[in-house]
Amino acid sequence: MLPISKHVIAGGTAFLLCSTTTHAGEIWVTNEKDDTVSVISTETLEVIQTYETGERPRGITFSKDFSRVYICASDSDAVQVMDPNTGKILHDLPSGEDPEQFVLHPDDKHLYIANEDDAITTVVDVESRKVVAQIDVGVEPEGMAVSPDGKVAITTSETTNMAHWIDTATQQLFANTLVDSRPRHAEFVKDGSEMWVSSEIGGTITVFDTATQTEKAKISFEVQGVHPDRVQPVGFEFTEGDTHAFVALGPSNHLAVVNAATYEVEDYILVGRRVWHMAFNADRSQLFTTNGVSGDVTVVDVASRKALKSIKVGRFPWGAAFRP
Amino acid sequence: MHRVIILATALLCGQGASADVALNVGYLSVEAPRPPTLSNLDPVPANIGLAGAQTGLQDNLTTGKFLGHGYRLTEVEVAIGEDPLEPARDLLQSTSFILLDAPAETLTAIADLPEAQGAILFNTSAGELSLRDTECRANLLHSLPSDAMRTDALAQFFVQRRWDDLVMISGSYAQDQAYAEAMRRSLKKFGMALSEEKSWAFDADMRRTASQEIPLFTQDLGDYDALIVADELHDFGRYVLYNTWEARPVVGSEGLSAVTWSPVIEQWGAAQLQSRFSEAHARDMASQDYAAWAAMRSLGEAVTRTNSADPDTLRSYILSDSFELAGFKGRPLTYRAWNGQLRQPIAIAHPRALVAQAPLEGFLHQTNELDSLGLDRPESQCEAFQ
Repeated sequence: MLPISKHVIAGGTAFLLCSTTTHAGEIWVTNEKDDTVSVISTETLEVIQTYETGERPRGITFSKDFSRVYICASDSDAVQVMDPNTGKILHDLPSGEDPEQFVLHPDDKHLYIANEDDAITTVVDVESRKVVAQIDVGVEPEGMAVSPDGKVAITTSETTNMAHWIDTATQQLFANTLVDSRPRHAEFVKDGSEMWVSSEIGGTITVFDTATQTEKAKISFEVQGVHPDRVQPVGFEFTEGDTHAFVALGPSNHLAVVNAATYEVEDYILVGRRVWHMAFNADRSQLFTTNGVSGDVTVVDVASRKALKSIKVGRFPWGAAFRP
Repeated sequence: MHRVIILATALLCGQGASADVALNVGYLSVEAPRPPTLSNLDPVPANIGLAGAQTGLQDNLTTGKFLGHGYRLTEVEVAIGEDPLEPARDLLQSTSFILLDAPAETLTAIADLPEAQGAILFNTSAGELSLRDTECRANLLHSLPSDAMRTDALAQFFVQRRWDDLVMISGSYAQDQAYAEAMRRSLKKFGMALSEEKSWAFDADMRRTASQEIPLFTQDLGDYDALIVADELHDFGRYVLYNTWEARPVVGSEGLSAVTWSPVIEQWGAAQLQSRFSEAHARDMASQDYAAWAAMRSLGEAVTRTNSADPDTLRSYILSDSFELAGFKGRPLTYRAWNGQLRQPIAIAHPRALVAQAPLEGFLHQTNELDSLGLDRPESQCEAFQ
């Protein structure tokens, strides 16, 4: 990720807006019910390309050098590898059944894939295109994360309500920790010292101490005028330096801004309907959220914590990933 | 490495060997005579309900293997004409947790057995309001919604669509009458009433004569916004659609229905439960399957969180504020502390799509919008839970 320049930190919103033009890039969004990806320019904030994918595309991530984009085509039972410059599918990777989410190991070589229908995490070598390991996890695995040092991978299982801790050296589970109902997303933060898991139905984020796999904090949300049952944390991403987390709260149609040091919610931002996942632009001055029900992407100005624009994409936008 | 050892033990206990915590769950189905219906298009699957319990068991086992929790399902069938109480007593000797598929009066008779005191029984088949009201039992929880929850859901829909001029045709079976009664109660609750009612009394075969009979039969209903059909055994209702004198929507037991579960539910991750179920059982998941699944998962969730197989511990947890079940309906499911009814959103669907999900927007409640469906605390005369 590109470092933030001192100018940007010193400047206000206006400056931030200008700065994005110097770091132009693209946000790639998978459209679950259109079998396409929409490519948004972070400069013009418009859709500049739409490429066809396999059936029901969800998870999306780029290789380290951004020369390939990996797409979970859930109903095609494949992870597709696309050339992002042409939109051409280069080949499929074996993925196990119904791949939903995945994470690319820091070695740029191993994909850890959640197979939602099979209660399995599949590890695929993207070079040899072979399955390296399949690990039994809980019912409906979904959230995937890998520690910055690459030693630990996480799978969360929605119906088992656990975070499963995988030792990437042996591809074996070494811990299983309970969280609240329907865990959806996991991230390692603060150089891997903490691991966060969102629970959609439980309405919380559990913060784990990575070294001991014990619960360190629990974050709750409260959106004014929205019944607590409908405040459902799903995807989340961190600002530069992991100081704040932006958390998508699903059908409450809001993002929460969480102070990652105090675990307190500082702000709520109204975005599109059923907000799912998100990606930052190059300098993390803007955040792009996928809004499943309204079929659009909301652009949020990170400094002012305000929604700037909605961009119409395909039906049921799901995953989002940035490339410069 | 310690964790890995636990995992291995748990896997074994999944097959029935000893576990740190092991739960044997009984499934008792009491076969009831089914009156003949005009159409043979939709036979009731032989394993209705049980299949849901089996899928719930698999979910529990997968979760349990990481925690050293084992689960087992013991299945007992009672044939028509046999006394269900004897097998129920036998089953209660080996387990305190039983999912019941039986008529209302059998449910209360089993719950009243001395052997059942302190047990946790789940009603997965009977929608009668009385079971959540004057006939409630402290040891009987209800994972199937009451008829009133379903008719309240439709009544909310009528209010929202401003379909306030309503008429009803009811069948003559007890289930039809119970549904019709629940519907009248719901309409009253939401400030509406029926402008006309008729009973279905024909015994002709409607596959041949529906187009001739129904227009005449519905002609004297006058004008209305929607026609409610109370036909819970699905005898004549399917022939009413598109044959009414006035071109009006048909709702209730046919057409637009309020249901516990339906194959058309795919939101909220439901597609996963649907595919898991149909892969295992080679058919769609029905409402009764869902109720059995939810009962099984309620027990599983309570064991997972309390690390216990003690009935008292599990019952208090299930009825507490800490309990929540992720039931693929978009919000957490919990039990009503006053009558043991599982709170849940109700799908309003036709056979091809989900139309709405109750509670509908705007139907507010001081504590939980889900309590705008069915018997709320002040209305329920159930005292067994106090």
